[in-house]
Amino acid sequence: MSLAPVTVVPADRRDAPTTGTPRRPDRRSRANVPLTVVLALCTLTVLVPLYVTVSMAFKTTSQSVDGNAFSLPSPPSGSGVVEAWLLTSFPRGFAVSVLVTVLTVVGTIVLSSLAAYAISRNWDRRFFRWSFFYLLGAMFLPFPVLALSQVKLTGMVGLDNPFGVAVLHVMFQLSFSTLLYTAFLRSLPEELEESARLDGATTWQVFTRLVFPLLAPMSATVGIFAFLASWNDFMMPSLITSAPELQTLPVLQSIFQTQFSNNYNVAFASYLMSMAPAIVVYLFTQRWVMAGVTQGAIK
Amino acid sequence: MAIPAPLPGRSAAARTGAAPTRRRTETTYYLFLVPALALFTLAITLPAVMGIVLSFTDSVGFGEHEFIGLTNYVALFSDPAILASYGFTAGFALVTVIVVNVVAFGLAVGLTGRIRAKVAMRTIFVLPMVVSGIIIAYVFNFLFSNSLPRLASAVGFAPLEQSILANPDLAWVAVVVVTAWQAIPSAMLIYIAGILAIPGEVYEAASIDGASPGRQLRSITLPLVAGYVLINLVIGFKNFLNAYDIIVGLTNGGPGTATRSVAMTIFSGFTGGDYAYQMANATLFFLVALALALLQLRLTRGKVSV
Repeated sequence: MSLAPVTVVPADRRDAPTTGTPRRPDRRSRANVPLTVVLALCTLTVLVPLYVTVSMAFKTTSQSVDGNAFSLPSPPSGSGVVEAWLLTSFPRGFAVSVLVTVLTVVGTIVLSSLAAYAISRNWDRRFFRWSFFYLLGAMFLPFPVLALSQVKLTGMVGLDNPFGVAVLHVMFQLSFSTLLYTAFLRSLPEELEESARLDGATTWQVFTRLVFPLLAPMSATVGIFAFLASWNDFMMPSLITSAPELQTLPVLQSIFQTQFSNNYNVAFASYLMSMAPAIVVYLFTQRWVMAGVTQGAIK
Repeated sequence: MAIPAPLPGRSAAARTGAAPTRRRTETTYYLFLVPALALFTLAITLPAVMGIVLSFTDSVGFGEHEFIGLTNYVALFSDPAILASYGFTAGFALVTVIVVNVVAFGLAVGLTGRIRAKVAMRTIFVLPMVVSGIIIAYVFNFLFSNSLPRLASAVGFAPLEQSILANPDLAWVAVVVVTAWQAIPSAMLIYIAGILAIPGEVYEAASIDGASPGRQLRSITLPLVAGYVLINLVIGFKNFLNAYDIIVGLTNGGPGTATRSVAMTIFSGFTGGDYAYQMANATLFFLVALALALLQLRLTRGKVSV
């Protein structure tokens, strides 16, 4: 159950000259050009679909239906973006998506860090130990299994809206996040907390002033995963939220799919505006994204 | 609620110092944990129990219902539509998990090799993970139904001149391609972590002994990341069983019902009037997921040490 950060072998360690034949260290320290070329070609499988999305978004409607997806926009046109913005009421969809995502991120970090702290500091008590395994149980419950009842229940209590979606998003992040926090907390020495307590700090103060700041790197990982899961989700909002005008961006794409019809530039502009925020956030936070994947798997 | 009891084996000496503080702060810890437990019970446990109970009834989603025992479950196993959805989902998950792991492992080996622009390339390869499944499925939908047939016509490759999304025998390939496109990054990152955890000295020693790069891959890298392969296979297969978003964006289950996943049949319970019946389907699906989760715990326990 080790969750310590994976030991990353510094790149230069493998480049260290060996005592082999004289020409080997020299050859090995140089970049492997064929391999670089092969991998660069492989990146096209990722880049081409994204390039098509961007270039289609900035074509005129007449160019977007000419059938050549790979051409550059000529002349570049913002009409697709403007039309998509108006047709799907982009600002509203964006606001709903931001609301759901922010609530999910904050809710996940607060609920799971508090729960993980209580669990890890009371592991010798059966109630806390059992609670841990109880919360982990959701990892075995895929959303489709619960969907029918959850839709019914959220409707009954008036949560068939973005707030209900945010609550469910938090609940489905809870297992993974509590697991990450608990493992991290176990590796923190308790001495610091004990001395803060001797100075008269309450448990609440110990948590908010001492423990929570120490959890920052884990909160970054937990927060980014909650962000990605919530921002990109289609299944839950499409089933839970009943009013179409309160839908998140991914669901709006499916609602307007028929209205885009053959105005591909409008459709792709709409796709682009929904995807871009997640890509921008990823580019600034990739360190934690990559760390999170590894920590989530090796637990 | 269970009364917290000290473990029999708990060392009294070790706890003496902390005991007074602990007794005083006890309530705070409960307040920390209870919100998560309460919400979880309302949002996850209650619907789960409700679903299982209703699966033994003839409920249509509202109004009166009667208990009808195992009738729904018996009917499930003789329903060709249900069996077809399980068949499609299992086959699709199996093919996808193999494709994903082969490609992800290859990329991980490449990206940990001595290449230029390593950081930039890794950034690009992880990108598919952060885009919405349904949106990228719409992008690929366009490529499969417009661009690919045009390319095929240009080079005169007849089988692909029609959109593969409209071909009942080939539509699943498109679903595999897009799902794999999106799932490869996380598997790749796990393999990269596995490969980087292998001490560099092992490779140095092997290369002094004259082992070729291919031999090193076969005799060092592969055996040492075997645990990670297992993790990726099980996690991947479990995720792919939930396939929904990408299928909606590509084929919406079609043509006909050729690419209808289990999740899609369950959701049809909202409209088809067979609410309780799909609850039974969901419960069956849960048992499958649970069996896989237990398998995962059994297989991965102690297999990876980092």
